[in-house]
Amino acid sequence: MTISEQGKCLAEDFSFMEDWTEKYQYMIDLSKSLDKMNSKFKTDDNLIKGCQSKVWLHSSFDGKKIHFQADSDAIISKGIVAILLNILNDRSPNEILSADMSFIDEIGLKEHLSPNRANGLSSMLKQIKFYALAYSKLN
Amino acid sequence: MTFNVENIRKDFPILERKINGKSLIYFDNAATSQTPISVIESISDYYKKYNANIHRGVHSVSEEATEAYESSRKKIQKHFNANFSEEIILTSGTTHSINIIANGYTDLLTSDDEIIVSGMEHHSNIVPWQMMVEKNHAKLSVIPLKENGELDIDHFKSIISEKTKIVFLNHVSNALGIINPIEEIIEISHRNGAVVLIDGAQSSAHFTIDLQKLDVDYFTASAHKLCGPTGIGFLYGKKNLLEKLTPLMGGGEMISDVTFEKTTYAELPHKFEAGTPNISGAIAFGYALDYINKIGLDNIYNYENELLNYATQSLKKIEGLKIYGDTNNKTSVISFNIENLHPYDIGSILDKFGIAVRTGQHCAQPIMDHFLISGTVRVSLSFINTKKEIDKLIEAINIAKTMLS
Repeated sequence: MTISEQGKCLAEDFSFMEDWTEKYQYMIDLSKSLDKMNSKFKTDDNLIKGCQSKVWLHSSFDGKKIHFQADSDAIISKGIVAILLNILNDRSPNEILSADMSFIDEIGLKEHLSPNRANGLSSMLKQIKFYALAYSKLN
Repeated sequence: MTFNVENIRKDFPILERKINGKSLIYFDNAATSQTPISVIESISDYYKKYNANIHRGVHSVSEEATEAYESSRKKIQKHFNANFSEEIILTSGTTHSINIIANGYTDLLTSDDEIIVSGMEHHSNIVPWQMMVEKNHAKLSVIPLKENGELDIDHFKSIISEKTKIVFLNHVSNALGIINPIEEIIEISHRNGAVVLIDGAQSSAHFTIDLQKLDVDYFTASAHKLCGPTGIGFLYGKKNLLEKLTPLMGGGEMISDVTFEKTTYAELPHKFEAGTPNISGAIAFGYALDYINKIGLDNIYNYENELLNYATQSLKKIEGLKIYGDTNNKTSVISFNIENLHPYDIGSILDKFGIAVRTGQHCAQPIMDHFLISGTVRVSLSFINTKKEIDKLIEAINIAKTMLS
């Protein structure tokens, strides 16, 4: 599935959730399914600026695809990063750079987050795109 | 006046708000207190009826504005029992006040002098002094905290000497709610020839402060923690001390004579009030003190203590919850964490229930370092809160706990 297809599926999943508790529960459950981050990558350099809780994002590039690892000390932030990685992990730089990211607005996640958390979400996305841009220049 | 919380709550329009469909429960009073209608109306009244610059015009409206502004200064003087009204400098708030003092001492201290700060300060009572010592190289020492979060007064006694020129600390810790023994600290400091600055941002809303009785040298507070508007506060200083300090800002109002060769500063308090001040804010500050005095600080103190005890006991029943700075001498603030949970996660879920708390370091990173934590959830109470709201908080925390674990 492409990023936008997967994003649409997620937006549909979210639309079936009745209230904020279900959405939060979904994110909390997702946070637990996130692959464990290698602790050696939990460095200050990998901290995403603009998040009030600590969110680490590490990337590596095999020449074709970008592989992300992430973690957070707060569960809801970890859930947010898990949503992003579910859709954006193991993609090529071009897939990420050209993707339709409107699913983020469609899932209505931002309105369920505090302004700080919504900024955190934007910062995470920005960092992912930044890596994609940097790796695209390598090709 | 008898204290009736339900009647008092009717004075606060913001309490009618719904957040996420729930009635707002406001437990972030230590960051900013809510504003009663009389204070809100005093601001619009000023702009509707007598908006003019002060101390300048000969016209009636300017005179009315000047009179209202100066009457607020007198209300502050009376409320805090300062000796002279010119000892009350109207500032933009506590941070501004501390900067005036730290700047004023830049040229008065040298590398032979020492200054002492407590280990439980808000960043605003640390950074201005660090900026000062960078210039004059005075030595900055810290009063450490004991394990329970209280100041180690024995340590303070061991580091103070005749070299110590200024001791500065908060009256009440914004992060923990602990009331510091400032009477003892002032007495010890004076015996050693040091002056004392007390940051009263977190104490002045909760109990009576008598500046002359305390014999404190400098004291500051912000109106927005006292039912007043943001952007206004005051600095108190003993007249003979304030006279020696160079002003932080130059400009209009603070001068008596200006030529391109030399400027002579105006008398107190105008020397420290350069530029057009926050006139409506200062007037509203006076109305806020009127409101607090109408309810009575003794009533407020007793009721808030009852709430604090109730909230503390209720929170302690939650398994895995740890309160920081849980001492006997506290006011209105409870800082806590729940085992294995991040304060942001708890705060986010509480917000969904319309409950406003603060999470994080509370601008007091050294305290967090002392307890080896990255932050806490802070519930800060005021006389507009109720026990019913505390019950709802406990209920919401328990739901958050279940969701997050």
